[in-house]
Amino acid sequence: MSNVSVTTRPTQPRPQSGPAAHQRRARPARHRDDGRAGYVFLSPWLLGLALVTAIPMLVSLYLSFTDYDILSPWSDIQWVGLDNYRTMFTDDPAFWHAVRVTLVFALIGTPLKLGAALGVALLLNRSFRGAGLFRGLFYLPSLLGGSVAVAMIWRSIFDRTGAFNVFLGWFGIEGKAWVNDPSTALGTLILLAVWQFGAPMVIFLAGLKQVPVELYEAAEVDGAGTVRKFLSVTLPMLSPVIFFNLVLETIHGFQGFTSAFVLSGGTGGPVDSTLMYTLQLYLKGFANFEMGYASAMAWVFLLTIGLVTVVLFRTGRFWVHYSDGDD
Amino acid sequence: MVTMTAGRRPFITPRAVLLLVLTAIVLYPLVWMVGSSFKAPEEILNNVSVLPDTWTPENYPDGWTHFDVAFGRFFLNSAMVASLTVVANCTSCLLAAYAFARLRFRLRGFWFAIMIGTLLLPSHVLIVPQFVMFRSFGWVGGPWPYLPLIVPHLLATDAFFVFLMVQFMRGIPRELDDAAKIDGCSAYSAFRHVILPLSRPALVSTAIFSFIWTWNDFFRQLVYLSDLEKYTAPVALTLFIDSTGQSSVGPMFAMSVLSLAPVFLFFVAFQRLLVEGINTTGLKG
Repeated sequence: MSNVSVTTRPTQPRPQSGPAAHQRRARPARHRDDGRAGYVFLSPWLLGLALVTAIPMLVSLYLSFTDYDILSPWSDIQWVGLDNYRTMFTDDPAFWHAVRVTLVFALIGTPLKLGAALGVALLLNRSFRGAGLFRGLFYLPSLLGGSVAVAMIWRSIFDRTGAFNVFLGWFGIEGKAWVNDPSTALGTLILLAVWQFGAPMVIFLAGLKQVPVELYEAAEVDGAGTVRKFLSVTLPMLSPVIFFNLVLETIHGFQGFTSAFVLSGGTGGPVDSTLMYTLQLYLKGFANFEMGYASAMAWVFLLTIGLVTVVLFRTGRFWVHYSDGDD
Repeated sequence: MVTMTAGRRPFITPRAVLLLVLTAIVLYPLVWMVGSSFKAPEEILNNVSVLPDTWTPENYPDGWTHFDVAFGRFFLNSAMVASLTVVANCTSCLLAAYAFARLRFRLRGFWFAIMIGTLLLPSHVLIVPQFVMFRSFGWVGGPWPYLPLIVPHLLATDAFFVFLMVQFMRGIPRELDDAAKIDGCSAYSAFRHVILPLSRPALVSTAIFSFIWTWNDFFRQLVYLSDLEKYTAPVALTLFIDSTGQSSVGPMFAMSVLSLAPVFLFFVAFQRLLVEGINTTGLKG
């Protein structure tokens, strides 16, 4: 199994010398039939690309300029031009609530999650017996945490009579109904996301193993202490992995749906405080049947995620250090 | 793990203490959930202890029959959707990956770039038009409403698994299928006799992750399943949200534990593989 992970570990750019070079050599006539075979093998994927991705994207773009509730026949579709977009930006407070909630969730949750992941990875990055067991146990929430079941449990823990308040009671602190209070409901969602720090932690651990020991030895010779070594060796060497995790977790964060749906009982409440963007999109499309409006929201979402990714890659140039690159 | 003092180094270092405390905090919600599923209803919410004061298995039969349709039906539906997804993903993604990794054909680079582009495409963006389309096919609310959940996987739309398998196949020595071709194998028989048997590890990863992700998936199942009889376990669990009150808390805990059990068993059985596999994926989990 290890070769699966080794070949795609983010810190290792795919070597150009191996299979690719060989390909060039082994080109002669026996590959002639590859052309047709290639498309035969690719045909399910091509069909999927057209049917499940490309055509729906175009339909979605079209629908976003229309007023369409799914219940009436196709002929009832009303072309409304940019009305959906105009309403969204100027006349729909819930839209802006959703944008705010999603931004807070992603921009606060992601750094906290990555911080926890890096911190625990540093603790585990030492060979001792049982290290593998700890790694597995910390990873477990990542495997289970996205489920409806865990979100239901989370809801009970942070309820008025829930376990968290009993715990606070031991210290004489009066708790409250955390999930029903608009000022703290989103906090419980963020906590649930941070709790699932195991997946990025595993990736950090793999990255830490790649840092050459010589660098630490050289730093020690130069008199660097623990903090100095972390700042001057670990962080720069780990920056490609940090970047990889940051991009994935940010995009992932924007798409949080299940926990918000469950903790708010499918409403995004209390007072829109957990109205994640995807939840609002779902409510517009599948509760109100405003398919046109929901499509417009989907396109704004897609463009925003694209923009955020581009921005991340742009800023990445300034702090991501590739040791095998030119800089 | 505490027994692993083994002589050489003392186990009780500050680092070990910190790790143990962190493990306790991280695992507490899960352990508490399992323990609470055996508590009496009035004890569940305000007993922070992991162990019940009085053990009662009552919540399990109560939860099983809490709604008009027994939970066994929901679990069967979930298992069916997850298993079919596993088969669909393993087949379709393997075919596409073979084409990308090993065959030369026009526009291969272009299609590969498109495939990578779809890796990060959020499923929420396409849900509305897909729903409209599948509904017009008569699949939504039809006799077998799982078609919209399965068919996209048959068409290799899980780009992530295609990518995983392409990366894996690039690690298989090319001499092997070249030799097969010199011996007169076509691209098809080289696939069947060389690539397919050697791709088993990638198929196992794909199968396990497909199963877990589908089992946990909620968004698409929520959108496409409207008939109680056809609900999957996650969708059925949300029914507990509306039925508040003490009487449903215990059953809710019991059914939540049951619904996580398969994923947990997978974790126990394939821990190493899952943890290493996440290195290829990073996302989800």
